[in-house]
Amino acid sequence: MKCNDFLKELTDYLDGTANADVRVELEEHLQWCRDCYVVMNTTKKTIEIYRDNQVYELPETLRSKLHQAIMTKCRHSKPGNKSTE
Amino acid sequence: METIQKKAAEDTSELALVQSAKKGDLEAFSQLVKRYDRNIFRIAQHITHNEDDAQDVVQEAFLKAYQNLEQFQGNSKFYTWLVRIAVNEALMKLRRRRTDRTVSIDEDVETDEGTMPREVADWGPNPEQLYGQSELGDILKKTIQGLPPGFRTVFVLRDVEGLSTEETAEMLDLSIPAVKSRLLRARLQLRERLSKYFKSKKDGNGQP
Repeated sequence: MKCNDFLKELTDYLDGTANADVRVELEEHLQWCRDCYVVMNTTKKTIEIYRDNQVYELPETLRSKLHQAIMTKCRHSKPGNKSTE
Repeated sequence: METIQKKAAEDTSELALVQSAKKGDLEAFSQLVKRYDRNIFRIAQHITHNEDDAQDVVQEAFLKAYQNLEQFQGNSKFYTWLVRIAVNEALMKLRRRRTDRTVSIDEDVETDEGTMPREVADWGPNPEQLYGQSELGDILKKTIQGLPPGFRTVFVLRDVEGLSTEETAEMLDLSIPAVKSRLLRARLQLRERLSKYFKSKKDGNGQP
């Protein structure tokens, strides 16, 4: 397996959806290719960092303001009725 | 097993809420809004990178969903259907702000930029701890903003919101290989850019 082939399979490998044969080959490649090991490891961390540190949380005050606005708009528009105004 | 049962119960109650809302029960719709408003806001922020736009997207997406509830057949999950509406609204906002060029989910798919890793310095064991929470948040926002909209949308749905490849493909009207290809590129480009901040000093080729 070459590094290029490794990269192609990286997403399935990280998601745990690569099939067993491919997985064995990938793991063998990781044994001796330090660059691919680093790429795999840091890509995994990239995903974890974005998953664990949610940016753009909706603050509660803004949340209730938005909720009120949505419900007011809905109240003036029956479901199925596209002309709101 | 318990989780499966819980999930099934949630799906049933969600369908019941949708049915009631279709008949004009606003309280039922209000519960659907409360269930998903945080997710929709986050997705909208990631796509538009503008808080005013994201607020508009949240309002417009829920209003459109309410107005078009009749068209929701229940073949897919309500959330999948809702996100599809929100993504379209968000892309429209983005298009309006960027008058110089059109924005679509297919944008920049031909480029190979960032697919081939250039930075191969490893990161320290707890890279996030190098920065304070708000500084880290700024780094993550700035980094994801640099991705083409089509890439970051796929990344946000798959890796931040935790949706499946199939669900993401359905929401964005993309094929499964297209979602996988965009996800790989998004992940690799983010990794490359974050390396500047997180690479271990002893391993790296200098300071950021």
